[in-house]
Amino acid sequence: MNRFRVALHILPRRGILDPQGKAVADALQTLGFKSVEDVHVGRHVVVELQARDAGAAEREAKAMCERLLANPVTEDFEIAGVSAS
Amino acid sequence: MKFGIVTFPGSNCDHDTHHAVVDVLGEEAAYLWHKDHDLAGADVIILPGGFSYGDYLRAGAIARFSPIMVEVVAHAKRGGPVLGICNGFQIACEAGLLPGALLRNDGLKFVSEPVRIRVENAETMFTNRYERGQVLRMPIAHGDGRYVADDATLDRLEGEGQVVFRYVSGPGDADEYWSPNGSMRAIAGVVSQAGNVMGLMPHPERAMDLLLGSADGVGLFESMLAKVAA
Repeated sequence: MNRFRVALHILPRRGILDPQGKAVADALQTLGFKSVEDVHVGRHVVVELQARDAGAAEREAKAMCERLLANPVTEDFEIAGVSAS
Repeated sequence: MKFGIVTFPGSNCDHDTHHAVVDVLGEEAAYLWHKDHDLAGADVIILPGGFSYGDYLRAGAIARFSPIMVEVVAHAKRGGPVLGICNGFQIACEAGLLPGALLRNDGLKFVSEPVRIRVENAETMFTNRYERGQVLRMPIAHGDGRYVADDATLDRLEGEGQVVFRYVSGPGDADEYWSPNGSMRAIAGVVSQAGNVMGLMPHPERAMDLLLGSADGVGLFESMLAKVAA
């Protein structure tokens, strides 16, 4: 078994009101960042785990997202990266 | 009749709920610790308000995996009554006992104030002492109370009478829906398809005595007594 670090992005599902993202987008506009069209605020989760290989680590992390880390009703997740640690 | 009130780490309405059941209703109640594995013979389970596990990850997301929840879900599947209040509503949604989810208030602020809610379905085991269309006054106190579900789910909930309470605006405007937290279709409370699990964001257990501003919550508890005892 090897040690891996899996980074996960969990974001509010598109189309569901994201008041936090909207507040941040408004603040950026106010600061002069006129290029900003939209902002989404979610969570970045890093899981350190033991797995046989990177693929197994990713599968395990995906199961964690489906079970607990993301709410399937309102959120989407993506595996942002898997690295040996 | 015996009520079981679950205490999670961070629950803070368990004592108010106990007071409502024991001192106001004159019924029996037991506190159930989140690590317990049995319901102590309770007929009705109440998941009380609070901030279980500090609302870490998402409100209710971690409490939903507490050992006691295995028994609570089994109780619900057997048709046993479960009432989720505020954080309890969030936990019931996370546990899949109720459809939808509760997200951050649209105003991003914690809202603590008395609100008016309209009884949309007075046929449930939680609302049979009310009249359909009756407007009740109860406090809310939450940061994550915005009810969200996809359109198909919302249509189904409305079609099946599963929307039990909606927020309404001030007196004389009882038909005008208004949401203090951005809830879709101003939904304040829903009941499961089978009718034995209900969740709501307002606090009926804090509306048990006119001395404290409202006794409109009493009817909800009496509804359960009438139905479950029958």
